[in-house]
Amino acid sequence: MAAIETRTLASLVGDKEGEILPEWLGLLKKAAGLQTGRISESELAAQCRDFLHLFRDALERGGVDASNASYSQVRDFLGNMSRSRALQGFSPAETATFVFSLKQPLFNAMNRDKTNSPAALAQMTWGITLLLDELGLYTFEVFQKSREEVILRQQREIAELSTPVVKLWDGVLALPIIGTLDSERTQVVMENLLQHIVDEGAEIAIIDITGVPTVDTLTAQHLLKTVAAARLMGADCIISGIRPQIAQTIVHLGVELNVISKATLADALSVALRRTGRAVMKVKSIEAEKTKKPAEKG
Amino acid sequence: MDRIPILKLGDALLVTIQVDMHDRLATALEEDLTNKIVTLGAKGVLIDISALEIVDSFIGRMLDNIAAVSRILDADTVVVGMRPAVAITLVELGLSLSGVKTALNVERGMALIQRRLEPEDEDADEQD
Repeated sequence: MAAIETRTLASLVGDKEGEILPEWLGLLKKAAGLQTGRISESELAAQCRDFLHLFRDALERGGVDASNASYSQVRDFLGNMSRSRALQGFSPAETATFVFSLKQPLFNAMNRDKTNSPAALAQMTWGITLLLDELGLYTFEVFQKSREEVILRQQREIAELSTPVVKLWDGVLALPIIGTLDSERTQVVMENLLQHIVDEGAEIAIIDITGVPTVDTLTAQHLLKTVAAARLMGADCIISGIRPQIAQTIVHLGVELNVISKATLADALSVALRRTGRAVMKVKSIEAEKTKKPAEKG
Repeated sequence: MDRIPILKLGDALLVTIQVDMHDRLATALEEDLTNKIVTLGAKGVLIDISALEIVDSFIGRMLDNIAAVSRILDADTVVVGMRPAVAITLVELGLSLSGVKTALNVERGMALIQRRLEPEDEDADEQD
């Protein structure tokens, strides 16, 4: 594309800003995004104005080649905008529309300018189309990337949240597992548990699987691995919270859970207490025993 | 050749592994331990591996072997102080050392051996 046309374009965007901006804003408003209240009208207008200025500067210096270095500012702006929109919960289409909807106002402005020859007009239209398409795709890409970052972060957070090791008593740890046990989580759970066993000097670890929706052969294997590793460290494991359906599944699958298992966490705790030489008693029965003993003696 | 010292503690033998085990050292330890169990009439073997950062399948098998041999010679083997990372590695290798007893530290391991040696006392304790 010839330099003259580039300059014409740049000056067109600069001179006709007053026409382009309101038209663009109108289109954006029509394309939704505002209705949901995620972004205010004034904020949107400010974004449009900033973008248009950057766009004009880039056009002046770099022409319509989006890979040109003078477009780095435009890219940065679009990148930041896509990222913030991804976090605000905009749809990808809404985000990309920001750039694509600029086409119509620009073409209209070009058409109104009668000084251009038809050939120059066609060339400018083509150049602008390519340029805006590329910028639009760029917003799309950044949007996608930031969404993926969000998902990754959430995954990490879930992984952290879902594997707490609880100290139930001196030397008794509980590990309530919530959600599906896959290999990656098992690794985290196992490391977490073993570290706590060392830190607390625990003798017994209760693995509670009340929150595990399904137990297949793989999950069972992961459980057994955890139990074996804890045993190597010198701690005994009790598995508790096996629901009736899961018990049936385990038997039907033919999985041998060679571990002590209890129906509820309470049962497991009482076993753990007994093993560590403790007992829980009702206060009344203790008092009754106390009163009985002197009577026997007397 | 380097040898790992074997200490006699009452009726038990205490082995503390503080260097990285290579295969020949492991074989030597296995032999020494077997001899000591017989000559001293030990009833328990305590192997402290808390300083071991790397345990490969060979060392894992050695531990299993020692446990099997000492069982034949009427002695209990307790492996103590295994690090979490080592435990995970052994499980991933498929070595669960099912013949070996384990404890968290030397103190607990010794208690485990003592309990076996004095079953009457243990009953008395439980009644308390």
